[in-house]
Amino acid sequence: MADQKQSALAGHLRENGMLLALVAIVVLFSILVSAQSKPMFLQAPNITNIFLQNGHVIILALGMLLIIVAGHIDLSVGSVAAFTGAVSAWLAVDLDLPVPVVIVLTLIVGGLIGAAQGYWVAFWRIPSFIVTLAGMMVLRGATLLLLGGQNIGPFPKAFQAMSSGFIPDLTGIMKPHGLTLIITALAIGVIVWIGHSARRRDMEFGMTPEPAGLFWGRTAIIAAAVGFVGFQLASFRGLPNVLIVLTILTVIYAFFTENTVQGRRIYAVGGNEKAAKLSGIRTERLVFFCFVNMGVLAALAGMMVTARLNSATPKAGTGFELDAIAAVFIGGAAMAGGSGRIIGVVIGALIMGVMNMGMSILGVGIDYQQMIKGLVLLAAVIFDVYNKNK
Amino acid sequence: MTTLLEMREITKVFPGVKALDRVSLSVEAGEIHAICGENGAGKSTLMKVLSGVYPHGSFDGEITYEGAPLRNRTIRDSEDNGIIIIHQELALIPLLSIAENLFMGNEVASKGIISWPLAFQKTDDLLRRVGLNEPPSAVVGKLGVGKQQLIEIAKALSKNVRLLILDEPTAALQEADADRLLDLMLELKAQGVTQIIISHKLNEISRVADRITVIRDGTSVSTLTKDQISEDRIIRDMVGRDMAHRYPERKPNPGKVLFEVKDWSCWHPEQAGRQMIKGVSLNVRKGEIVGIAGLMGTGRTELAMSIFGKSYGKRHGGQVWMNGQLVDVSTVSKAIAAGISYVTEDRKALGLILEEPILRNISLANLAGIATRSILDKRREAQVAEGYRRQLAIRTPGVQQKVVNLSGGNQQKVVLSKWLFTEPQLLILDEPTRGIDVGAKFEIYSIMKELAEQGRGILMISSEMPELLGMCDRIYVMNEGRIVGELTRDDASQEKIMALIVKDVGRVA
Repeated sequence: MADQKQSALAGHLRENGMLLALVAIVVLFSILVSAQSKPMFLQAPNITNIFLQNGHVIILALGMLLIIVAGHIDLSVGSVAAFTGAVSAWLAVDLDLPVPVVIVLTLIVGGLIGAAQGYWVAFWRIPSFIVTLAGMMVLRGATLLLLGGQNIGPFPKAFQAMSSGFIPDLTGIMKPHGLTLIITALAIGVIVWIGHSARRRDMEFGMTPEPAGLFWGRTAIIAAAVGFVGFQLASFRGLPNVLIVLTILTVIYAFFTENTVQGRRIYAVGGNEKAAKLSGIRTERLVFFCFVNMGVLAALAGMMVTARLNSATPKAGTGFELDAIAAVFIGGAAMAGGSGRIIGVVIGALIMGVMNMGMSILGVGIDYQQMIKGLVLLAAVIFDVYNKNK
Repeated sequence: MTTLLEMREITKVFPGVKALDRVSLSVEAGEIHAICGENGAGKSTLMKVLSGVYPHGSFDGEITYEGAPLRNRTIRDSEDNGIIIIHQELALIPLLSIAENLFMGNEVASKGIISWPLAFQKTDDLLRRVGLNEPPSAVVGKLGVGKQQLIEIAKALSKNVRLLILDEPTAALQEADADRLLDLMLELKAQGVTQIIISHKLNEISRVADRITVIRDGTSVSTLTKDQISEDRIIRDMVGRDMAHRYPERKPNPGKVLFEVKDWSCWHPEQAGRQMIKGVSLNVRKGEIVGIAGLMGTGRTELAMSIFGKSYGKRHGGQVWMNGQLVDVSTVSKAIAAGISYVTEDRKALGLILEEPILRNISLANLAGIATRSILDKRREAQVAEGYRRQLAIRTPGVQQKVVNLSGGNQQKVVLSKWLFTEPQLLILDEPTRGIDVGAKFEIYSIMKELAEQGRGILMISSEMPELLGMCDRIYVMNEGRIVGELTRDDASQEKIMALIVKDVGRVA
């Protein structure tokens, strides 16, 4: 019994530890920024920018989690994002197609690229590292070819709204942004309700629930953070479209991974492929699906970045794959596959985003930024391994 | 003759299992000494004690070697003493050349720089000694198993072997290769290399061995000299144990034929032209427990896995019938849908997701059973798992516990739960009690009995003959991919099973 309690607590420690780390990093930057007597760190434009500038990392990390849980890796996502961004530019600017058509076609192109890579990984059992390394090179070249080495832009306004737009205030209050406040309040309600009912279910099943104090303390922190962010955004320009997209995707993927048959099977494939196979699971098809899904999400990320820059460039997306992979591992997924949660990944991506922004405001050079981010990744994984061995 | 090796009262205990119980073995200098025994009797454990795989101090008893006490801390220590073991699974690196393999870890080098000309020359000499006509640069993986075996022996010779241990050296060999290997053993004996051979091929043993020690249930039963060797005597010593295990009382009441395999065959997945299953036909009735006996590597697991969704081999032929209807078992999900379950021999590698909790392992093969329109009902999942925990008495604080933390017996119950949740009519149990302590074995037997009473059919593959005799209504005996005999409960005895196998081995050899 003592063992079980300890392991349950260690499990809670991991997720809560991530959240605490995020809070601690935000607090740290707030103090450091005000010590330099610069404007407050947590002001509305900064908060908005964290989501605008890191939305693509979160989107890529959602797909990357599935791939890593299934026991694979995808190094090509940066190049796929660049290539699909270029495709969207060609469709929207050169061919002047309507924006919804551009979006759908680009997502299909992303899916096809994912299928082309997933085919070799899933059905031919070529190591994903190699297939996607090849994909990374091929698609980078294809991007250069498609763009002819130049930037394409500017985009129609409707396309740009994907990344830099804000939701309209249907309440008509405008200052503060009424709809934003309503959505924020709803979100807090949903978070508290879901947490509470999950906890009640745990108790019903005779699992050890986390201590009440820990649960309510954490819920209060999350609710306060969501409320604060919502209020700040409302006093600025309202909820960015990106944040709405991110929230919807996060909820869908969290539900998919934890509450659906296919989601569960992906964990089984990564946990023990042979056992999964002998339990009647078609492991190849699932792996193939993960890569198709990754391709579609990479296309979405590619369009968002292209829309934000308002031009498709040959250098877009460089290093995205590493940011996404780092977010997944900071978020607690295991290299060997079979474990990792969507919520952890989102927190992991936010930690990286907050650090990027904080260090930029502090005027930390790109040299030190890279080193610090690398060390944070290492520390997060060491923390994991240490916890497991204890 | 002088005594080279004396092992006295060796006892080795694993958690829950006493693998060796005061085993003694004495080997004379210059002889070939055979060790016989059933699967799991403790032969390999004894050799691992001798060769330092289990270091001094991890077992009880004394070993005297060349007149002095032997205290191996590592395999390296025992190799320095000239004791070298060649395992059943060869330890060669397939992508490297013969020369590279021969001197692996023992390179012909000065100051860390390898002298290839010298290494090749030495390799040539060694290969000539074992009668292998291949260039030292040949890649090992491209050679046959027989030649690889010779390379292993050459490797042993390069380390100045004085006591060579061969663990079932001919198990994977063709007849001609096996013959050559036995000749080589006699040649090495003439050169003064003492050898221990583990084998259950009695014709081979009587050809090369000077003396035989029979091991049974972790104790040494007898040591026979050459003129005492006879098949009957060895078989009796190998199996003649008292029925110490206990089995639940059963009143068999077999019904109609449930499961029937007709003329099933399949080929090895990689080695072209090697037929693993050769036209097997068998059947299981409702409420019947049917066993498949045979030595390891005779194709029992391959048979079961190839039937279960073609999970093994290629070019499958034959038919599977359930309740008098031809069924499609070409994928695992179709086999499950047809009412067949297969509980694997290797539950850790093939049966469980160790890092996941019990309830997620139990639901794995029938996620549809806990889902509505593809959305999981976790409450139902927990209830299902909780139900099996009570029903099969899985000892755990809760179904949220990871299976990696459970004992072997409880892990096996989780695997059984997983398959029972698919509501099978036929369960194929492959070595269902391997690595499980005696008490838990009885529980597994009781579960099997209950399942049979519910009218399900059970096909049990086991290498433990008492278990087959204690549980089964009928026993098929399998050898070299074929059914070589069928015995009823009243007919069956360990001697008869062994005799069927031995006769068949004789026929092949």
